Amino acid sequence: MPPKDARPLAIEAVGLAKYFGSQAALTGLDLIVPEGSVTALIGPNGSGKTTTVRILSTLLTPNAGRATVFGHDLVAEPEAVRASIGVTGQFSAVDRLLTGRENLALMARLQHLRRAVALERIAGNLERFELTEAADRPVATYSGGMRRRLDLAMTLMGEPRVVFLDEPTAGLDPRGRLVLWRIVRDLVADGVTILLTTQYLEEADRLADRVALIDRGALVAEGTPSELKKQSPGGRIRLHFAEEDALAAAAVEFDGAERNESDLSLELASDGSVDGIRQVLDRLERRGITVESLSAQPPDLDDVFFALTGNRPETSSAVASGVVQ
Amino acid sequence: MTNPTLILADTATMLRRDVRHAVRFPMLTISGLIMPVLFLLLFDGVFGHTLRAGLGNTVSGGYINYVLPGILVMTAASVAEATALGVNADMGEGIIARFRTMAIWRPSVLAGQVVGSVARTLITGAAVCFFALALGLSTNGKALDWLAAIGLFVLLSFALSWLTVAFGLLAKTPSGANSLALILVVLPFLSSAFVPTATMPPGVRAFAEYQPFTPIIDTLRGLLTGTPSGQHGLVAVAWCVGIAVVASLWAVKLYNRDSPIAI
Repeated sequence: MPPKDARPLAIEAVGLAKYFGSQAALTGLDLIVPEGSVTALIGPNGSGKTTTVRILSTLLTPNAGRATVFGHDLVAEPEAVRASIGVTGQFSAVDRLLTGRENLALMARLQHLRRAVALERIAGNLERFELTEAADRPVATYSGGMRRRLDLAMTLMGEPRVVFLDEPTAGLDPRGRLVLWRIVRDLVADGVTILLTTQYLEEADRLADRVALIDRGALVAEGTPSELKKQSPGGRIRLHFAEEDALAAAAVEFDGAERNESDLSLELASDGSVDGIRQVLDRLERRGITVESLSAQPPDLDDVFFALTGNRPETSSAVASGVVQ
Repeated sequence: MTNPTLILADTATMLRRDVRHAVRFPMLTISGLIMPVLFLLLFDGVFGHTLRAGLGNTVSGGYINYVLPGILVMTAASVAEATALGVNADMGEGIIARFRTMAIWRPSVLAGQVVGSVARTLITGAAVCFFALALGLSTNGKALDWLAAIGLFVLLSFALSWLTVAFGLLAKTPSGANSLALILVVLPFLSSAFVPTATMPPGVRAFAEYQPFTPIIDTLRGLLTGTPSGQHGLVAVAWCVGIAVVASLWAVKLYNRDSPIAI
């Protein structure tokens, strides 16, 4: 695993706090996003993910703390920050009365691109986001997925160095999700830094090289997905037995395991390591219990999420895994 | 990013967007025209005869000559009212949040809408003048007077547009924005728009004489009928400049608050 400090930081936030009236959205968030990384911000609803993105993209002013984007302070040099970021949020930031092409041209003009560059990027982005055919239709006639894609295309018109994606795949169909994942990977290959929020932990697991878990407006844990999973006791071993006697004996041996009479199985907590599995098999052998089959499931981010926040994510991972397998 | 070329470029880009909106969604522009034309027909065709008789020899020509400047001021207010609605609706769009995250001249969104509003006011004002000509308007103003009148009309529209852009930003709902802007449409009734202030009861008269629309209307009337408008002109310009400065600062301040909508 590469050392964390090897890469310069794209984003560094220290003690960010934001209050809406008496409601605290962030209570002192520390966050680092190394350049060129995909950092996923995960956390329960209302934990402050979107507020974090809105502060880092200069839409909100923090009440306390400070943050820099490529060394530029959010509050003191917002223009410099804005020049290097692109934001795609939960609500489509497109102009519904304009066509797709006009929306991209609007971005090109606001980025002060030369005409030739602008035309090239517009055509390129329409192609990349599969919008060429719909380019000259008003956005009001677009489907939700098309709006999402146009939204991201608009974000990329200025070739930002950091892209914020706030729940980029919420509401997308499986194909749309895969298209977005591919685009994120392409961006990273081009050296773009990405900070994304998501409810789909599997998405964070697949896309992110760093995960920051936040709860009640503060950072709870951070690290690579595998580092985080090690912190969690959430892994499972599932033992299947041929006879009821064997199941009963095993249930006595492993007190507290989850016993399922209907398919003669027993589920144990485990870190999912080879060592852990071996210990279980050793204990069964010593008692002379015969196991028919065994399956091991390492802890996933759902378990981390649960262990550290006491909440199951509201959209269970079944939603995410169901559509991407 | 206060480079003047960028200010102009970004404002032009936003104006382009505003014009596209106006062309694709013309109801707001049309509604800005209906009210002044209706009032022109109502005051000239229905009340005009009696009101003209009351004016006596103090003015020349038909009542249309007297009432047109007031109707023009209402035109500027009516178009600006539609602008308040448009701005309020626009501010609820996600794209505004996107603009806020971009390295552009920040007030360009507002400036584009103000310039668009002034352009709509000019077109609507021209349409109202054509109606007035058809209804028997006779003008003694020379070309230079007309130019000055158009200049003042543009300045008035600029000031009222900034004010209604601020209303659009201030109000939480489109109908709230509309109610605020409606004040501007109603205010000309308590001015020299329809009858001379001298004929009003003392309390109303004091208000009418000192409110900004009266010197503006008197100046326009003087220019269109070719009679000298004296110091009214200076007072009129001062009001417009003052309103434009205060309203634009206010609007930009409102726009720079924390983004009211999520992105």
